[in-house]
Order: sequence, then C-alpha cells, then structure tokens
Amino acid sequence: MSAQRYKWVGTRQNRPDGADKVTGRARFAADFNLPGELVGKVLRSPHAHANIRSIDTTAAARLPGVKAIVTGADFPEQPDQLLPAGEMQVNLRDVTRNIMAKEKALYEGHAVAAVAATTAAVAAEALSLIKVDYEILPHVIDVREAMKDNAPVLHAHMRTEGVKPAPDKPSNIAKRLEFAKGDADAGFAQAEVVIEREFTTEPVHQGYIEPHAALASASEDGQVQLWTTTQGHFQVRGFCCRLLDLETAQLRVTPSEIGGGFGGKTVVYLEPLAIRLSQRAGRPVKMVMSREEVMRASGPTSGGHVKVKLGARKDGSIVAADVTVALQAGAFAGSPVGPSCMCSLACYDIDNIRVVGFDVVSNRPKVAAYRAPGAPISAWAVESVVDMLAQELGIDPIDLRLKNAAKQGTKTHYGASFGVIGLVETLEAAKNSPHYRAPVKPGHARGVAAGFWFNVGADSSAAAQVGEDGTVTIISGNPDIGGSRASLALMAAEELGIDYNKVRPIVADTASIGFNFVTGGSRVTFATGLAVINATRDAISQLKARAAKIWEVDVEGVVWEEGEARPSSTNVGKFEPLSLAKLAASASRTGGPINGHAQLNAQGAGPGFGVHIVDLKVDMDTGIVTIDRYTAVQDVGTAIHPSYVEGQLQGGAVQGIGWALNEEYIYDKQGRLQNPGFLDYRMPVASDLPMIETVLVEVPNPTHPYGVRGVGEVPIIPPMAAIGSAIARATGVRMLDLPMSPPRLSAAIDAATPAMAAE
Amino acid sequence: MILTYSFAQQYTGGETEIELPGRTVRQLIRGLEARYPAIAGQLEGDIAVVIDGVIHQNAWLEDVGEVSEVAFIPPIGGGGAH
Amino acid sequence: MSKIHVTTTVNGEPTEFLCNATDTLLDVLRDELRLTGAKEGCGSGDCGACSVIVDDRLTCACLMLGAEAEGRRVLTIEGMAHGDQLHPLQKKFIEMAALQCGVCTPGVLIAAKALLDRNPNPTETEVRFGLAGNLCRCTGYDKIIRAVMDVAADQRETAR
Repeated sequence: MSAQRYKWVGTRQNRPDGADKVTGRARFAADFNLPGELVGKVLRSPHAHANIRSIDTTAAARLPGVKAIVTGADFPEQPDQLLPAGEMQVNLRDVTRNIMAKEKALYEGHAVAAVAATTAAVAAEALSLIKVDYEILPHVIDVREAMKDNAPVLHAHMRTEGVKPAPDKPSNIAKRLEFAKGDADAGFAQAEVVIEREFTTEPVHQGYIEPHAALASASEDGQVQLWTTTQGHFQVRGFCCRLLDLETAQLRVTPSEIGGGFGGKTVVYLEPLAIRLSQRAGRPVKMVMSREEVMRASGPTSGGHVKVKLGARKDGSIVAADVTVALQAGAFAGSPVGPSCMCSLACYDIDNIRVVGFDVVSNRPKVAAYRAPGAPISAWAVESVVDMLAQELGIDPIDLRLKNAAKQGTKTHYGASFGVIGLVETLEAAKNSPHYRAPVKPGHARGVAAGFWFNVGADSSAAAQVGEDGTVTIISGNPDIGGSRASLALMAAEELGIDYNKVRPIVADTASIGFNFVTGGSRVTFATGLAVINATRDAISQLKARAAKIWEVDVEGVVWEEGEARPSSTNVGKFEPLSLAKLAASASRTGGPINGHAQLNAQGAGPGFGVHIVDLKVDMDTGIVTIDRYTAVQDVGTAIHPSYVEGQLQGGAVQGIGWALNEEYIYDKQGRLQNPGFLDYRMPVASDLPMIETVLVEVPNPTHPYGVRGVGEVPIIPPMAAIGSAIARATGVRMLDLPMSPPRLSAAIDAATPAMAAE
Repeated sequence: MILTYSFAQQYTGGETEIELPGRTVRQLIRGLEARYPAIAGQLEGDIAVVIDGVIHQNAWLEDVGEVSEVAFIPPIGGGGAH
Repeated sequence: MSKIHVTTTVNGEPTEFLCNATDTLLDVLRDELRLTGAKEGCGSGDCGACSVIVDDRLTCACLMLGAEAEGRRVLTIEGMAHGDQLHPLQKKFIEMAALQCGVCTPGVLIAAKALLDRNPNPTETEVRFGLAGNLCRCTGYDKIIRAVMDVAADQRETAR
C-alpha cells in the first residue's frame, strides 16, 4: 500500500550503516581507546543487604599502577525528590546510591568502590586489597515477602505513597496506585461467569549482547568527553552532570554504536564512575562490564505478582474486571507499575474496572526499562484469563476479543479515550492470517493473545545539511539500534524527492545537535522522524526561496517536486527547473549555505496493538515445549522500512518466547544470583525456534505525516499468554507462573495427573 | 478533565471527572489548583497528559479544544525496543 | 612474568605478537592487533560474538589462549571481504536486513561461513543448529536464517 503511495517510504533499502556492521568496522563502546588510558574496575558487594561500616582503600592505593580509587564518598549527596535529569524524572538520591553504594549495600553486585589502574590485572588486584567492613542484614528477594509487615526494610525513610492516612512506619511498598472505571463490584454482580487466578513472573534481563562500557577523558580545565553505549547520550549527559556537579556544556557525550539496549541502556552505571576516576587520575579511563556484572548489577525488568478476576455474560461480553499488580522495583523505588496497570486491560472495552498497583522494593538490582515496561507482566495474567473465559464459554479466542475490543472512543480505566486505533483490524487480520486459517496439526495446540502499548513521542532535534553537490546529511541524536538511520533517510529522501543513496544519516554527539530524548518507547521513527521531516522541509523552503531569488519571482510561485524547484504555474513564468544539485552549487552566491533545522516535543504517538498466534507441542514426560509455528500480527501505522518493522516484531516475539519458556533469575538463600551468565540464563537460540511470520496491519497514525506508529514495544507483550494458552490447550494444565520451563511444566503436568506421575 | 482514581482519592476527595474552563493544559492545572489547593505542584512533575485520546508528555502549554477530554495519567517511561 | 612470542597468520597476513600466558586470543585480537570486529559478549563461550575460524574450525576466541595461535591460521570478520568485495554472506545480510544492532553480526557471519564451507547445502534445521552457538537478541533469527539459506542457494546455483 505505502510502496505505491510513496517513492521511498515503504521500500526495503540497504541500511546506511550496513557495510560497517558486517565487516567489523562499526565501533561499539568497548572498541574505543585513547592514548594513555587506564582500566577501571568495580568492587561489588557479595551480600544482598548489608550496612557498610567502613571502606579501607589504603593498601589498594599503595599498589604500583593504581592511579585512582573512588567510593560513595566521592559522589555528592543528592536531594530525595524527583528531578529532571535529561528529560527523565528520577530520584537522584537513589541514582547516586545505585551507581555507588553509600551507607548500605542493597543487592549482591551493588558497586561499593572503583579503581583505575594501568592494567586490568593491577586493577583486579587492587580491588582485592580494598577492605570493606560489612554488617550483614536480613534480606528479602520475593515481591510478596517484601510486602509483608515483618519483612526486612530496605529504606528506613520509605513511606508508602498513595495511601490515606499517610503511614508513619517504613515499608518496602513505595507506592500504591489505583485506577477505576464504573463499579467493579456491581459489574461482577451482573456476570454469569467469573474467573479469578493469581499469576507470577520472574525478573528477566534485557539480554543485550554488548555489555555496558564507557571511556571517559577529563581535562584539567573541567571539560569532559565521554564515549559510551547508550540509548540516550543526552540522558547520560543529564545524569552525569547532576551526579558529578558538571555543567552540561562541559560534558560532551558521544554514543558508540549500541549493541542492543531494549530499555536497559537508558540509565547510567559506569559512566559517572569512569568520569570521576578520570578526573582523579588525570588520564582517560575505560570501563567495561563483564557479562556477570551485567547480570548482577544492571537491568533487569520487574518480576511480578498479578491477580486477575474477570466477569462475563454467557454471550462473551466482559462486564467487570479486577486486577492487582505488584511489581518488584529492585533496590530502589520505581518499577513500571503505572504502565503495567494501564496496559493490563487496554485491549478491552469493559464498563466496570478496578486496577490496583504496588511498587515494591527488594534486595535485587534496580530494574530498568525493558520493551513496553510493565505491560508484558500484567498482559500475561489478563490474556491468560481471557483465554480461560474463551474456553469456558466455548468461544473462539479471537472472536471473544473482537466482541470486547477497544475502539476509537473507548474510554480506558486510566481515564483517556482512544483516538484512531487498529485493534479490530489487527484481530481481523489475525483471524484471516494463513496461520490461523490453517488447521492445528495433530498433537499440537494453538494459543492466541493480544497486547497494547501507548508508544511515546517527546523531544527530538534534527538537521538537514545540504552539501555543495546536492547530497544531504541528516543529523539526528538518537543512537540507531535497529535500523533507524535507514527509516530516517527514507523519510528525508521522500520529502526531498532525491535518491535514498544521496541522503546520509548520522548520529551526532551531544555537542553537535540539540537535545534528543532516549531511543526508547518506540519513539525514534515517529518523533525523531518528525524532526527529520521538519528539518528537511525547512531546507526545502530555503531551496525554494533561492529559486525564487534566481528567477526573480515571489517564493509562492515556486514548488518543490521530484527533487527540483519548479514554477508553480505558467503564470509565474517559464523557467527551467532548478535541481537540488544546481541550487546547492550556487548556494554561496544566492545567500550562503542551506541547512534545515527542526526541534520539537512530538505529541500524538499513535497507540499500537498486536495479536500473536502460536502452535506448539508439549512433551508430556519432560515438559519441553517445541514451537512449531508463530505469527505476529500488528498495527504498525505505516511501515517506513518493512524489513526492520518485521524485524521488530520477530525480535520482540522471540524475547517474549524466552520470557515465557526459560528466562529467570535464580537466587540462593543468601540472596545471591546463581545464574549470572548466558549458559544458565537461557535466552532463545536459533535452534529453539521456527520462522516468525509477520502480518503488518497499516492503520495510519493521523498525527504523523506518513502515519507512523511506534512498533518496537508491542511484540514482547502477547507471547507469554499465547504460549501459556497453547500449553493449556495441549495439556489441560493452565500454567500460572513464568517461566514455563521444562522442570516446572513437567511438575505441573505430573501434579495434574497423579496416576501418570505414579507410574 | 480526568484524574486517575488514586490521584483523586488523595487530592480531590475522589472526584475523577471535573469540568474546568481553560485553553491550555496549564490553565486547566491552575483552575484545578484553585479548586483543590492540595493539588498544587502535583501535576507539574512526573505525569503525562492525554488530550482527546492523544498522549502528550511534558505538554504544559499544549492547546486544549473548546470541549476536550484531558486526562492526567502516570508517565510512560522510555521503554526501548531494540 | 615474561611475555610469549607468537608467530601466526591472521586474515592471510603473517603476524607476530607478544602476549601474556593468560591472554585469550580475543584479548590479543582486540587489544594487541586492534582487530575489534570480534566482540566480547560473555567471555565464557556462550554467545559466539567473538567467533573466529582457526585452521578451518569455528572457535570462540574468548575460549582460546593467544599463545595457542602459534603456527595456526586465524580468520576474523576483518578478513571476510576480499578487498572492496563483500563476501556474499555480508552482502546478503545487508540486503535482507539480517541484523539490527549489529553487535552479534561479526560472529554470526563467521559461524555462517564456517557452516557453508563445511556444508554448502544445509537444511533450515542444519542452519539453525549451525548458528545455535551465536546469540542474537534483536532479530529473533528469522532473517538471519533466511539470509544464510539464500546465500547457500545462490552458491549452489553458481556452482552448477
């Protein structure tokens, strides 16, 4: 559809950074080096919860080759309030304690000191010479345990927000949220079928293959340069400036190529440490996390406990819903419980809803965003119960969702009403997909689930610089994680009417382009795309003005078509069209360089909906699940570069498959992570999977010139419930806890069939 | 103007839907603060605004239509999709 | 501790380097020879981002000592293209969008080359198992598998 409407948008061009990325030339964070650089390493707490009585670094400091040591005392105290850092709201008191513990170590792996030395071996030896006097405290890992009155308290100052009267006792419950629509109790009174279940999920890591890494170089005059792998170098600048009392103009952050982020690279870990060490040592400092450090100290997303009660009439109309979501925030407040609550029922038009959420701290690493933060956790529970309703009522699971689907004008339980959305179209596309129309193979079962994500817009800046030969450089400030250079260049080429290969997109550092919010929330193609379109249009209006000058006509008499300025009608006069190349060549004589700029806070990111279908079989003896066929259907607005849109759907679906079947954090009794590596933290590999089929539904977003909706978040939401529902239909056992790994599933099957287990 | 249930419990005595005059988000917030002084400052920080179904973040000066539905909801963090 | 002198061949070039006994081949490639195409994703042989080919055998450079490269032939991603001609796998990966962030890509390409060198006519299952040692968190593998199958088909076509 889009391929016919547009020349470039909707086509599958080679990505501009392709050659660099297939030859090893692309530089990721650990690939940067500077002359004279030191190696920085972090000492981490072996305890899940401990007071730090003292830290003695004297022996380490005496070791030859050690150039600087920092501890929590080297980072200034920060106010206990939400403040903007970059454009994010964060509690800096917590952030400074997360990068480096002060009075307490709050999870195993919590940084307590860092060293810069001439070699990695010297740095490692220095860490072993630092003496930390810990007073070990009782710890709590599980979210429900942490909510109990007698649980070990992580933060003595924490009082539960959002309850009346305000509590006077400390608690691990940072916040209580409640959303309501209609009257849930009255709704359940009308229901003919009520199903209620409790579900859990384990924390899962974003699992980016590139570990965190940073290289900092501080000068004696106070200026600092930083190279790092991040989803938002402007956020890194904001955080570091706050945490280190730097002025933003003094800190220049250059993003490396980023080896995956999925939300996990929207915060800082190593960056402030590397800068402080470099300031102390007077030399550049490079820090790279090991995989084990990544697992113990960064990310993950929350584990959760979700209670769902749905009430329906026999005709399938859902009349009431009651959902309670408790999410682990990790060691500091701030889980994605808000979005989790809001997304939980967003696919449905239900009159009577109550949703309650709790944000709970425990002795685990502070959670970071992970693809549609919070939504997969509540959707796993809600979508599973919707499937149970479908089974109970004998209704096709897609038909049941169609009957209750949210549409334009549907008022959600969080107050907002939907604009133009494509859930019904997506459900219908799923129903008509080759996969759903094909019969289920013998011995297999099919599951279906839906998902919703808001998508976000926010701040973006971009520039379009016209070179003297008429080629155009598009400058933006969002790290390219999944092909966004290509989608930005496609939109710019479309606007300019020139060949895609005449447009070069680059990702600029914090000093070379205006502010950009993080690459995340599925915003770049939408929001930064809008900035690129506007910057390009700014350049075009300058080009038209130059043509008007040359022709000595009013600028209104000039139009821009197919890459050249043309008179708008014969009334204007008879002029040979002026191509971009011609206008660029004469730019100096007609008024100087031609550069377009745009900056905006993009609003109106269109919500996205997805429906996934899975066919699988279960080995009843071992509990091993084999996925035979998988299809992701999604309303993508307009697919600017269909291959990378499909890639988002496929990658998100597979992350969801890992979440569903294998991935989990395993702790011992001391609160120490037992599986901090890829061998035991089992992410999907190629041989675990079939092809991931995709169906791109295009319901254009009316607030974007090309109808773009964010696409990256939605596909991680439906897989867990789709797989759980297929397993339920295959085995008769409805799994309530993730992951549905072979040991857990075989145990559940055995428990449900005691006679077989006894054999 | 629409507030979430728990927000309303805290600041408006449970009123979740409130009619207010105003042509920008800021004017609406000022009007709300005049009616419920306890709310002062609470809608300026960590919050998103949905105007007639369209999500806005940090949209303080955003225009509001003659008859608009304006909902204040918890912020939607930068997720990260790739 | 004195360093070990190693004479080897890297990407067809006779190469000498000095390394510590404990340095991995990956350390040597990245830090001594400045060949940073191979990435350290885990350091334990689980992710395949550091894949290289040593004497025709697919190897995780993080699991082999630098000193063990003595007298061997090492192929890294930097040696996969011929001059300015990309290897067919490299070309196909770009054309078919078989990469997103690109950090696993060097290792995946090396593993795919090792697979096709050994088995020019792999089934989908064989490709999936051939690449099972290479983690990719972005793509869900779909486009990677398709690209490798496509290159194999092209090469069979050319060979005919």
